[in-house]
Amino acid sequence: MWEYSEKVKELFLHPKNVGEIENPDAVGEVGSMICGDALRLTLKIDRETERIIDAKFQTFGCASAIASSSVLTELIKGKTLDEALKITNKDIAEALGGLPKEKMHCSVMGREALEAAIANYRGEARPPEAEGRIVCNCFQVTEEKIRKVAIENHLTTVEEITNYTKAGGDCGTCIPEIEAILKDIWKAKAPPRPEAPRKRLTNLQKIALIQEIIEKEIRPRLQADGGDIELIDIIGNRVIVALRAMCVGCPMGGVTIEGIQERLRELVSDDIVVEQQ
Amino acid sequence: MKPIYLDNNATTAVAPEVLEEMLPYLKELYGNPSSMHTFGGQNHRRIEEARAKVAALIGADPEEIIFTSCGTESDNTALMSAVESYPRKRHVITTRVEHPAVLNFARHLARKGYRVTYLPVDSLGRLDMEAFHEALDDDTAVVSVMYANNETGVIFPVAEIAEVLRERGILFHTDAVQAVGKVPIDVKELAVDMLSLSGHKLHAPKGIGALYVRRGTRFHPYIIGGHQERGRRAGTENVASIVGLGKACELAGEALEEEAGYLSRLRDRLERALLQSCPDARVNGDTTNRLPNTTNIGFEYVEGEAILLRLDEYGICASSGSACTSGSLQPSHVLRAMGVPFTAIHGSIRFSLSRYNTESEIDRVIEVMPTIIRELRLLSPYGKERLTQP
Repeated sequence: MWEYSEKVKELFLHPKNVGEIENPDAVGEVGSMICGDALRLTLKIDRETERIIDAKFQTFGCASAIASSSVLTELIKGKTLDEALKITNKDIAEALGGLPKEKMHCSVMGREALEAAIANYRGEARPPEAEGRIVCNCFQVTEEKIRKVAIENHLTTVEEITNYTKAGGDCGTCIPEIEAILKDIWKAKAPPRPEAPRKRLTNLQKIALIQEIIEKEIRPRLQADGGDIELIDIIGNRVIVALRAMCVGCPMGGVTIEGIQERLRELVSDDIVVEQQ
Repeated sequence: MKPIYLDNNATTAVAPEVLEEMLPYLKELYGNPSSMHTFGGQNHRRIEEARAKVAALIGADPEEIIFTSCGTESDNTALMSAVESYPRKRHVITTRVEHPAVLNFARHLARKGYRVTYLPVDSLGRLDMEAFHEALDDDTAVVSVMYANNETGVIFPVAEIAEVLRERGILFHTDAVQAVGKVPIDVKELAVDMLSLSGHKLHAPKGIGALYVRRGTRFHPYIIGGHQERGRRAGTENVASIVGLGKACELAGEALEEEAGYLSRLRDRLERALLQSCPDARVNGDTTNRLPNTTNIGFEYVEGEAILLRLDEYGICASSGSACTSGSLQPSHVLRAMGVPFTAIHGSIRFSLSRYNTESEIDRVIEVMPTIIRELRLLSPYGKERLTQP
């Protein structure tokens, strides 16, 4: 069960500004029933002052989608369009007393509906993140949207991108692409979590280190399971090993080899490839 | 407020009779059944009594029952044992609508290089038997098909599948976690090689399961260690829970038919009333061949999590196949495999009953549900035009 704030529960059970404004000055529609949530926002706008006089919403979605929509209407009422455009998805989430991280996309949907409505009022084209190249086919998420949400919310991992945009949340085919986009965004700016530079090793040091890790860490672990491993040779970045005892013919052998490779990459060098003899 | 608990396919209440039998083994009788002293050793006999009761519920011999820690462990053990027993065979067949305990294990095998066939179902959730026959080949190590689906309650033609596989000498495992205790199962008639069951689905506690392995079936243990369970499942026995599972199986066996009648009457009344009072609602799954306690209803144009949280306000517990409740951003893999239209899939609600549900609880759900659906449709951009319909 989701840990919703009191505010989310309150607005879910008693949402404010539900419905549709008759003859609205602006309409913003985002999401779809296929994706599981959709929001239709209608606004009454004072044409002279460009102030939002009234806002109403209709939402198909879960509790946090309904609460996000409701709080959005409260946040924007009485604001000028320029003021309203400054509202971010973070503002929506904060006004709700926070959202579970997996539900941040509900706040993003609120912000998108607002932008869409204002673009509609101004006779502008759809906002750029609604156009452009689709990265995630399952949820129809564009590269532009991923970039925008990542920068605004300082997102650095694919998991965060999925929580905020749903991209990558189903078949996962686009995950490498999302990773590449994130890499591209954060290489231009200061990387948010710099990695400690790794010491360069001589060949001799490398071989000694690999021997030590296998002897002191990996062998005892396998031996505890009745298995064993022998280091056969090290050729460049290739570490050749043989599985022994209970490991022989074990269908999990592949996992074991992968695990060893991961550990050696972590401790020795990124380019290590572990092979079975 | 006592909850109106209609989520019994998720888990069930521990029966008071079960708890009572368990308590001594959580208090004074804490001995290890493997010990050489009477104090511990006497617990061994209680384990064997429980084993006989579990066996009796499914028509097995006691020695064909292995106690495990849960349904998932039983499923994993069965599949792992099958592929280890036939290392040259590299093909596994299962269905698209299995529980994750089987489905994700099959995917794990696929990543290890196994060829996995996921059999499709039709729009009523019935297994595609033609696809099953076509998928079989000499390379098939094991077929794993659930007895009944946890989301829709649809019962699969396990007996028919079992006959075909016995003829061809292919191992057959069925995940019967949702079926045991709800429908009669007799492995003397049913040609399965392995069958998984779980305690907490039939009023025993969580953390106990069992795997039936037909005598003569090749078997490799999954958890390796001590000699417990005759070397087939290591680890000191969970004595209290094993005793509890035994009692729960005894209770289920005694009342099986009577209970099935009671549950299907209650379930049918709930289903009929909701379909009548809520426009644009439909049952997901084959209503002619279902578990007696389960109904899965799709309320079109509304979202499942929202329905559940409104029900929660009345203390009513149910579950949903909507994306927001699945933890995966996509709605239920079962309903998607059935091709349930997206207008209904996000608004699917499963009610699953138990012997402890009463007529008045069902009345309460029938009373509050139409208002919940109506209010959520009023909120929805898709719901407005639907409200005018009768």
